Amino acid sequence: MPKRRTATTTMTLREIKELLQAEIITGDDRLDEEITAAGASDLMSDVLAFGKPGILLLTGLSHSQSVRTASIIEAKAIIYVRGKKPDKVGAELAREKRIPVLTTRLMMYTACGLLFSHGLKGISPGP
Amino acid sequence: MALRESAPAHRKIAMRNEIILSQRFEIRGGDFSNAGKASTSIKEILQEIGIDSSIIIRASIASYEAEMNVVMYAQRGSLTLNITPEILHFKVEDDGPGIENIELAMQEGFSTATDKMREMGFGAGMGLPNIKKNADVFEISSKPGKGTSLDIIISLNETK
Repeated sequence: MPKRRTATTTMTLREIKELLQAEIITGDDRLDEEITAAGASDLMSDVLAFGKPGILLLTGLSHSQSVRTASIIEAKAIIYVRGKKPDKVGAELAREKRIPVLTTRLMMYTACGLLFSHGLKGISPGP
Repeated sequence: MALRESAPAHRKIAMRNEIILSQRFEIRGGDFSNAGKASTSIKEILQEIGIDSSIIIRASIASYEAEMNVVMYAQRGSLTLNITPEILHFKVEDDGPGIENIELAMQEGFSTATDKMREMGFGAGMGLPNIKKNADVFEISSKPGKGTSLDIIISLNETK
């Protein structure tokens, strides 16, 4: 019988980068940051409503408001999916706010599925 | 039309206490690349004066959603933060088209957003409900054709 996982799985950004074959856009000095939960959406309205501090944000929204939103909810890092990258304003803001930003060519579903199957938890709705 | 979501006691608290810090930000409608700057500055102010981090996140989210509404719908507006020892009070006013039916606008999912707003990841009809969710007191009043005014109060002594 497989051993039941009890502790929350933590992954470093470095491990996540390898798993998703991602490239770093900014924050290569912060790859040892530990991530314990992730959330994914292209809708910033929903990220603001359901996001939690400390999460890894996966999004396909390249507009600078994705970085602004991550900064407001205190996300630990952003991964853009489908090969997207933040626009110039967003990349600058990420550097200023010291939010690591990565990009992967994987689709949203695949990126999330890989992280989830490696034990990285999602966020639950509600307060 | 005005919709009140408040306990009257909070307003008395707001009037009784002296304002220890007041900051006003002008917001330009349609300026999408600077949208959110006021709320980012507010977040920095709250961090500097040592407000509890869970309150800062609630305040930042409410402020950011309100600021985005001004940028998206109005020509100009303002966001004023008054801090007393008891509360954070955000007053957000704009000269936008106003809201015809506030009760409808408060429903999650109701949206009048344009494609331009959706390109920024907004316009899911979550803004006003999310402001209310993060506030201890939320009041909105609006006159169609004139503008909209929001009062958002977050208590510094209670945790929501």
